[in-house]
Amino acid sequence: MDNFLQLLIYGLQLGSIYALLAIGYTMVFGIIRMINMAHCDFLMMGCYMVYFLVSVLFGGEMIGPAVALLVVMAGSSVIGMVGVGIERVAYRPLRNRPTIMCMISAIGVSIFTQNLFRALPFIGPNPRSFPKLIEDFTINVGAVKISFTRIVTVTLSIFIMLLLWFVIQNTKIGMHMRAVSNDKDAAALMGVNINRVISITFFIGAFLAAVSGSFYASSYPVMQPTMAVTLGNKAFIAAVCGGIGDIRGAVLGGFVIGVAEILVTSVWSEFAYGFCFLVLVVILLFKPEGLLGKPMTEKV
Amino acid sequence: MEKMKALCKRNIAFPIFALFFLVVTLLHQLGIVNSYFMQVMMLACIYIIMAESLNILNGMTGLSSLGQAGFMSVGAYSSAIFTTYILHVSSLPEPLQVVAFVAATLVGAVMAAICGVLIGIPALRLRGDYLAIVTLGFCEVIRAIWRVVPADIAGGAFGLTGIPKLANFFWAFLFMILSLYFCRNYMDSSFGRACLAIRDNEIAADTMGIDCFRYKTIAFASSAFIAGVAGSLYAHLLSYIHPDVFSYAKSSDFLVYLYAGGVGSISGAMLGALALTVLPELLRFLNDWRLVIYGALLLCIILFRPTGLFGGREFAFLQLKTGGIRVFHVSTFTNWVKGLFRGEKRVKEGAGK
Repeated sequence: MDNFLQLLIYGLQLGSIYALLAIGYTMVFGIIRMINMAHCDFLMMGCYMVYFLVSVLFGGEMIGPAVALLVVMAGSSVIGMVGVGIERVAYRPLRNRPTIMCMISAIGVSIFTQNLFRALPFIGPNPRSFPKLIEDFTINVGAVKISFTRIVTVTLSIFIMLLLWFVIQNTKIGMHMRAVSNDKDAAALMGVNINRVISITFFIGAFLAAVSGSFYASSYPVMQPTMAVTLGNKAFIAAVCGGIGDIRGAVLGGFVIGVAEILVTSVWSEFAYGFCFLVLVVILLFKPEGLLGKPMTEKV
Repeated sequence: MEKMKALCKRNIAFPIFALFFLVVTLLHQLGIVNSYFMQVMMLACIYIIMAESLNILNGMTGLSSLGQAGFMSVGAYSSAIFTTYILHVSSLPEPLQVVAFVAATLVGAVMAAICGVLIGIPALRLRGDYLAIVTLGFCEVIRAIWRVVPADIAGGAFGLTGIPKLANFFWAFLFMILSLYFCRNYMDSSFGRACLAIRDNEIAADTMGIDCFRYKTIAFASSAFIAGVAGSLYAHLLSYIHPDVFSYAKSSDFLVYLYAGGVGSISGAMLGALALTVLPELLRFLNDWRLVIYGALLLCIILFRPTGLFGGREFAFLQLKTGGIRVFHVSTFTNWVKGLFRGEKRVKEGAGK
């Protein structure tokens, strides 16, 4: 039982990282119906951004929780702007073409960024270790050990998700987003600036991916340009399982996949990766719209 | 006269292919072209086959598949297990090895086709993006299965080693040509035209009495069959296969080849795969920056040539004809040769109809 609870804690932490990443996939899909294959690269970029900020500003010293949070937010905002730039250059010109062209373009972006990071002399292909941002200590609850980093990761993630939910439900820009995802043309006719909404969506997606990158690297501190590919795949699965296009679905899917993956790994580690895809296939075959999605109707 | 011109254009392809093959082989024998170049050419042939197989789904039937590498892995593994563990080909005499290789390729292709049907039947309930995602899921599940199969059957997580190196430029080239003609004739058959109708408007096709599900399943099976051939060639060329080779990244490579070349056109798929296989090799002098430039060029192609490098056109010899199916056979070539000597082109009765 204790063992199970311990695994559950690990699962929740991994799940919150997947959930943050999955929100980006799901928002972009909801708004422009495109599978953004390059989304996971924002996670990797976020890690490197924070790494360079910390080593330039603080010389790799340990910084307090408040400063760490500030640095992570600042670094992630920069990546958010990168996301907006990528959308502007690589996806916007293809908006009126079939969505699969956008996906091919995203594959091109992914090849480009990963290899650019590998080729840049100050980054390089070799793994680097992510700096320790805050002092870590362990809290014992019964036989279950919970480290401070894990608590921070999970609570902050949940806080960010609630904030996002609030923004989408209660602010004007959130209403615009919902309108665009419901019907792009009708929203445009009602005076919504589609380009601005899409840019903001990409900003939020890239920002959240970069934040999840910092969280991930705080617990598993090895960074390399291809680190995010597997994570991205799983987060994508999470988004699809929860119901792609729905933010609550992405969060639910993220936690489900995170916990399930940890539990399966503890039993049969060799099959854990395939297991996620098996879950994906089973969910898609029996409930294609995902756990929380609404069935799509096809218009003639 | 117009008819004769068209026929002449079409028939010229076969001798050009034969000539190309002979020249490359000769250059290799003379030592002008090194083995590295030959290896790239063979891989290009295999990737052309893969792009063609993807074109049947994405280009002709309008189904997006992100899991083509999964079918390739089924072909690769089943043919490799067939030659390595079942027939023990290395101990056979030379001529029998060739027979075994062709048989193994057939086995791989059939296994992949069966797999395609098995995946296609449940997956085809889904449409559009969801179908793409579920094929991606199946591809990764297949990969996970190869990983957990016991090591003495399929190598497990270490990969399958010691596969006899039976594929050479001749076989890769031959199967490439065969796949081109297969695709051409497929597109020209009643199956292909049903698929084209489904691509253009599924509901209209359904109303016209086309059994959409049946034709989509057939498209899946044929596509997987060709992918299985490519898989077998790949396994017997590199003599080592690993589950991770056939990952989703490989599938997306094929997708990129197809869309960069021009989706829906057989020539486009061929040129796209050829260009994008050779391009990274030509950029080798850039060292670390090689794939960065490759990625940038790829983006440029997608952004500035949305219809692909070949712009959806078709080589004359691959063009879709209206009228009956005309399978390429030797008489076309002999007629062409006879025509050369007589100084006139012979037109077969009703061929240009």
